[in-house]
Amino acid sequence: MRELPVTARVYIGCAALAAALCAAPAPRLGAAAPWTGALALAALYGLCERLRRCPLADGLRRRAGGAGEESGTFPPGWATPVLLAGALLLPPPLAALTAVPGALLAPAAAPWPATRRLWHAAELALACWTAAQVFRALGPHPLSAPRFPLLLLPAVAASVAFCGVLAALDGGVLAVAERHPVGSAWRGLLTRSLGPHLVHGLAGLMMAVLWRSVYGPPAALLVLLPVYLSCWVFAQYHRERAAHQATIRALVQAVDIKDRYTRGHSERVGRASVMIARELGMAQSRLEVLRFAGILHDVGKLGVPTRLLRKDGPLTPEERRIIELHPEYGHEIVRGIGFLGEARAAILHHHERVDGRGYPYGLTGRQIPEFARVVAVADAFDAMTSTRSYRRARPVPAAVAELRRCAGAQFDPRMVRALAAALDRHGWRPDEVAAQEPDPALPVAGGHVPPARAPRPGAGQGGVR
Amino acid sequence: MTGRRTVACVYVPAAALACWGLARTLWGGVAEPGNALAFGVLIAVGEVVRRHPAERAGPSPDHRPSTSRFAAPLLPGQREGAPLGAAGALAYALLGEAGGRPTGHGVPQTVAVVVAAGLVGLVPYVVRGGSPALDPLARRVLTVGFAATCFQPLYNTGTLRTWGATGPLCPLFLVGLLALTALCDAVLAAALARARTGWPYGPLLRDELRALPGIGSAICATGVVMALATAVAGLWALPVFCLPLLLTQFAFRRYANVRATYRQTIASLARATEIAGYTPHGHARRVAALSRAVGRELGLSAPDLDVLEYAALMHDIGQLSLVDPVPGGATAPLPPAEQRRIALLGGAVVRQTGVPSEVAVIVERQADPFREQPVTARIVRTVNAYDDLAARSAGPGAPLRALEGLRLATAQDHEPRVVEALSRVLARGGRAG
Repeated sequence: MRELPVTARVYIGCAALAAALCAAPAPRLGAAAPWTGALALAALYGLCERLRRCPLADGLRRRAGGAGEESGTFPPGWATPVLLAGALLLPPPLAALTAVPGALLAPAAAPWPATRRLWHAAELALACWTAAQVFRALGPHPLSAPRFPLLLLPAVAASVAFCGVLAALDGGVLAVAERHPVGSAWRGLLTRSLGPHLVHGLAGLMMAVLWRSVYGPPAALLVLLPVYLSCWVFAQYHRERAAHQATIRALVQAVDIKDRYTRGHSERVGRASVMIARELGMAQSRLEVLRFAGILHDVGKLGVPTRLLRKDGPLTPEERRIIELHPEYGHEIVRGIGFLGEARAAILHHHERVDGRGYPYGLTGRQIPEFARVVAVADAFDAMTSTRSYRRARPVPAAVAELRRCAGAQFDPRMVRALAAALDRHGWRPDEVAAQEPDPALPVAGGHVPPARAPRPGAGQGGVR
Repeated sequence: MTGRRTVACVYVPAAALACWGLARTLWGGVAEPGNALAFGVLIAVGEVVRRHPAERAGPSPDHRPSTSRFAAPLLPGQREGAPLGAAGALAYALLGEAGGRPTGHGVPQTVAVVVAAGLVGLVPYVVRGGSPALDPLARRVLTVGFAATCFQPLYNTGTLRTWGATGPLCPLFLVGLLALTALCDAVLAAALARARTGWPYGPLLRDELRALPGIGSAICATGVVMALATAVAGLWALPVFCLPLLLTQFAFRRYANVRATYRQTIASLARATEIAGYTPHGHARRVAALSRAVGRELGLSAPDLDVLEYAALMHDIGQLSLVDPVPGGATAPLPPAEQRRIALLGGAVVRQTGVPSEVAVIVERQADPFREQPVTARIVRTVNAYDDLAARSAGPGAPLRALEGLRLATAQDHEPRVVEALSRVLARGGRAG
């Protein structure tokens, strides 16, 4: 087990000290303070954090079918409205205390579970205290007789403050304890959590209003149910999406069962295609589809007999003709997958040549879909720059020179220029594909990916032409 | 036909209630037009963003019409297509006061607002050329009428106060009332689904009831919260509290979309064995559709049916690892050890696809004797063997001969109960074969 860095200990200690200072005035509030409310909210939050499984969620999980083991658990952070309601209802020191029992009781991940619990308690206490101070600073707002459009402003400001404090503290702990680079530790923390926190803020406001109303806490409790469902659906959506990407990966790996020629080729083609498309200024949504086009371009190899794919040595014209069917097979396989859109055409046409001597249809120039022209260049580039059993990898400049030589006959010169420009700007790091791009949107490579070994007409096996 | 009678039993009272509500409201004028308008707009918006059943995607676009009656089930979020509309309608039915002032809309106006908003919500869909979904509207009218009839007279005459159901007890009373309403709605929904599809009533009702704790409880809770919050804070409570629910609906839609593409991807992966020449064309799809029908016949729950369908689609995937195809794609004539090897290879591929591990288990246990298999694996095994046998012996009597072959193998390979369910499905539909 790794030792917790000293800076991290100091950082967490400081946060805990600050939280304690925030809560310190609580005993001086006297008996007039809403101690019962604070206790009830703290118990409620503790209960929410403690409950990791409930029959309700299990029922949902069974209905969901396609999800993994953990989908019966509560989505993290779903009980935030309780804390925000506490921040609106209670004086700041009590609001800070509300979060503490729940955070200390909640299960924490290894390593250092005790330190994590302390850290969560401290950061939540600080956030609650800040939110409560902000709410009070924006004027007196009696929750028992709410004046509505006016009340929204301090409530939203309080939830923004809550979210801001959490993001700032989280970034710091990522930098000191998890050793994220200081420059990027805070990146995206605030933007990602602001939306959910605003929604939680509105729910918290509703809880606070109902809590103070004649209907009392039971009505406030009901607010949690829709919030929980909302969090659950979002979590479920992300799980399902991950499962879907695993399936796409399985499509690629199914090719690998048949043909273990090279590894990582499909992901690299996807990556090079995206580089070209970025250079051409394509929209983000099309980039995503193009990445899938690159990854799946050889899926049609599933339809080619395994004997032929694994054959060493030159292919007879008959065998070559069979291998050249793979774009059509690939199109046949993916044609039912609606979201692939333009990628399906790219899979069908990635062996076309701009001079019309490609296959399967011998299209020329602009008749070839744009995505197919991109994937063709990316495919050839990666085929040349990676090592195959029958030859060593060529250096990147030599490959680019070869692509330039073939531009206009085999490749679209625009795509070749874009690739060259992108390579000049960003360089080519073929090994990083699988390891260093934890982009949730792309199916990260399992590293077992098959080759583009289909020979082009009039070229030696595996060559560019 | 009993189906038509069931539909009439739901539609006639709903239409009568709607006409009565509209007529009374037109006759007596609208009480508190502001409240009526706000809730009406909320319900109409909820209906407009409803997910229509026709939009849901099957496993693939080339799903032939003949198999569409075995098509995908409703998702939990689609079971109630318009949670926002439902919650808004229930909240209006339970609205006793607004901003501290008592309201005067009774049962007729509640029903009238729900009907009017529901009809307005249907307009965009009809304009786009779809046929209006009247079933949900009829159900909505009946359930809201029920809730309003239970609540409004009691509240307006002060009976609730004499029962002591004021203050903190009021939410509890409302929750109980809505729970009862939800039960009635589940019964209605299952009856309508049975009338439309002819599937057995028991499993349909069970699926409806199982969905209640999830989306159903959230809708009820939201309805109660909206009613109480409007009572305390006036109409501003509606937009404040609608936002989370609208987001939930949006998330449900995205979830449904990604699930649809996920199904498409699995179906495509299943087609890979056909394109590779290992299995006959359309085999995986036929086995999946028929397995689902048999599973339904045997009373499996909706999540089990999903698992069954995925497993049926991918049951032959292990053959991709064979260097040469098995003749006709039928593994049944192979020696049992070889069959098991292929099944295990298939399970290994399926485990990588991110589907639930139950699916992989079904694929792995394909070649085991039926007494050691889970029931879903028995279904896939039997249906798979049926499709192989029926494909081999062409001609009009092929299904019967194939069934005969399966009946002869009930000692070890096929469970008699599954074979009989299959024969009933074939006798009823026949088209899936």
